Amino acid sequence: MKRPRLIIVGAGQAAAQLIASLRADGFEGPVTLVGEEAYPPYQRPPLSKAFLKGEIGLDRVILKADSFYEEAGVELRLGRRAVAIDRDRRMLRLDSGERLGFDRLVLATGSRVRRLSCPGHDLSNIFYLRGIDDVEAIRPHLVAGARLAVIGAGYIGLEVAAVARGLGLEVTVLEAAPRVMMRVTAPQMSSFFEAVHREAGVRIACGTMVEAIEGAGRAEAVRLADGRRVEADVIIVGIGIVPAGVALAEAAGLACDNGIAVDALTRTSDPRILAIGDCTSHPSLLYGHRVRLESVQNAIGQAKTAAAHLLGRDQPYDEVPWFWSDQYALKLQIAGLNAGYDRVVLRGDPATRAFAAFYLSGGVLIAVDAVNRPPDYMLGRKAIGERARPDPERLADPDIPLKDILS
Amino acid sequence: MPKITYIDHAGKERTIEVPVGLTVMEGAVKNNVPGIDADCGGACACATCHVYVDERFMDKVGKAEGMETSMLDFAEDVAPNSRLSCQIRVTPELDGLVVRTPKSQH
Ligand SMILES: Cc1cc2nc3c(=O)[nH]c(=O)nc-3n(C[C@H](O)[C@H](O)[C@H](O)COP(=O)(O)OP(=O)(O)OC[C@H]3O[C@@H](n4cnc5c(N)ncnc54)[C@H](O)[C@@H]3O)c2cc1C
Ligand code: FES
Repeated sequence: MKRPRLIIVGAGQAAAQLIASLRADGFEGPVTLVGEEAYPPYQRPPLSKAFLKGEIGLDRVILKADSFYEEAGVELRLGRRAVAIDRDRRMLRLDSGERLGFDRLVLATGSRVRRLSCPGHDLSNIFYLRGIDDVEAIRPHLVAGARLAVIGAGYIGLEVAAVARGLGLEVTVLEAAPRVMMRVTAPQMSSFFEAVHREAGVRIACGTMVEAIEGAGRAEAVRLADGRRVEADVIIVGIGIVPAGVALAEAAGLACDNGIAVDALTRTSDPRILAIGDCTSHPSLLYGHRVRLESVQNAIGQAKTAAAHLLGRDQPYDEVPWFWSDQYALKLQIAGLNAGYDRVVLRGDPATRAFAAFYLSGGVLIAVDAVNRPPDYMLGRKAIGERARPDPERLADPDIPLKDILS
Repeated sequence: MPKITYIDHAGKERTIEVPVGLTVMEGAVKNNVPGIDADCGGACACATCHVYVDERFMDKVGKAEGMETSMLDFAEDVAPNSRLSCQIRVTPELDGLVVRTPKSQH
């Protein structure tokens, strides 16, 4: 049989894992990797952490050595964007006009940032944070004493605030929701992180919409719906992301549903075409509904699932989602998805800066947020997968070992 | 450049030149040395980069501390010479380092 030609669109976290897994497990067909950015696959988490801070360089952000792709026999097409998929002819068209033939295609196109649309959104000195180039553009503005307005208090906004504070900027965080990280965490966790940031000298304004960015040419202030005006030398926006590659997939007639819709084997509605990572939504076996995840764990997990499928060793994707966020000296580790929780149990005292929130739904453990408590996170993650029903009273007692409660 | 030898569970050896400043985990992952998953990319958040440090190098490499110790507890078959390889920075003194990777990282 002829060896199948594989093309991967999107050179990110998921693509790098897919290539590593395919070659490690004996996939022999030719592989072409098409990536819009100028860089080979790199990891994004440090972009709002150690790399933004300047603690680590590009060499540690880029995932693989150049020789890796050479040795893996992967043809890199960087700085090239895929613009159309011809499913009948099995051709991929690039922005250069070039057409590449494929037998199997994997879409790993990630996410793109949601942008502001208010008046003044197009002034200069307004930045978003998704890629290396964004960090390079932001860096010259991160100077001690400068006034930074962060729009959006999600993980990325808060991580940026922490880094900028560390570099000596005056930081104000603006959030439309009534509390920080509202989409992902319980009120107790939000108040803890708000307190931590305030203590570090960050100003936080929640429950107020951005009405406009003011300035002549360059942004000078953010005007809020409640009439307040926050002056800023630089603005960084982190108001969420949307799946990328959906237009490309839709134009080719692939089913999309809050991302490119895939099954538990990462197949799109055309089984010759797979999709992995941020750009997809998949049926969660654990939660019983379709989810779209924005995490390294999901990118790696789906990449491994896709590799196994391409090698004819199907293994449905069924991992407990996990995530982390570093702010100041705090490590927040999250397992599971808390949507639909009806009870939160705190374990440990937030005042000690080491505690965890356990989320229950109908008595079943569905998620854990742990601050500087790796055991709660690790044991919690396992218990979520086992659909454990811990006793809430005992869970709240840090003197009873978690092992005894969750087994 | 310091040379690091990675020996997998089956005894297969690979020696890689790893630039000073990278971690022992990065030396493996960047060069596709199997046996180290490193799902979190070195954030000390996953415990899938567990290695056994050759006894001769234990003094130079040192023991796990703080967050690493508590994450390491959740790796499999942990031994006194276990470390999370993303927390070992490569220095000139580590030239010749030998680490063994466990049967499984999960
Ligand atoms: C600042 C920041 C901090 C983060 N922190 C964390 C964290 O702490 N923990 C965590 O788990 N996750 C974190 N994430 C999320 C994590 O990085 C993503 O979930 C992960 O990168 C998804 O991998 P992916 O391969 O699906 O997409 P990506 O890594 O985004 O790669 C997709 C690539 O495809 C390219 N592409 C898109 N369309 C096309 C096209 N038509 N043609 C060619 N190329 C195309 C894109 O340019 C991009 O390079 C963070 C993300 C950011 C931005
Ligand atoms: S790479 Fe995740 S803990 Fe070392």
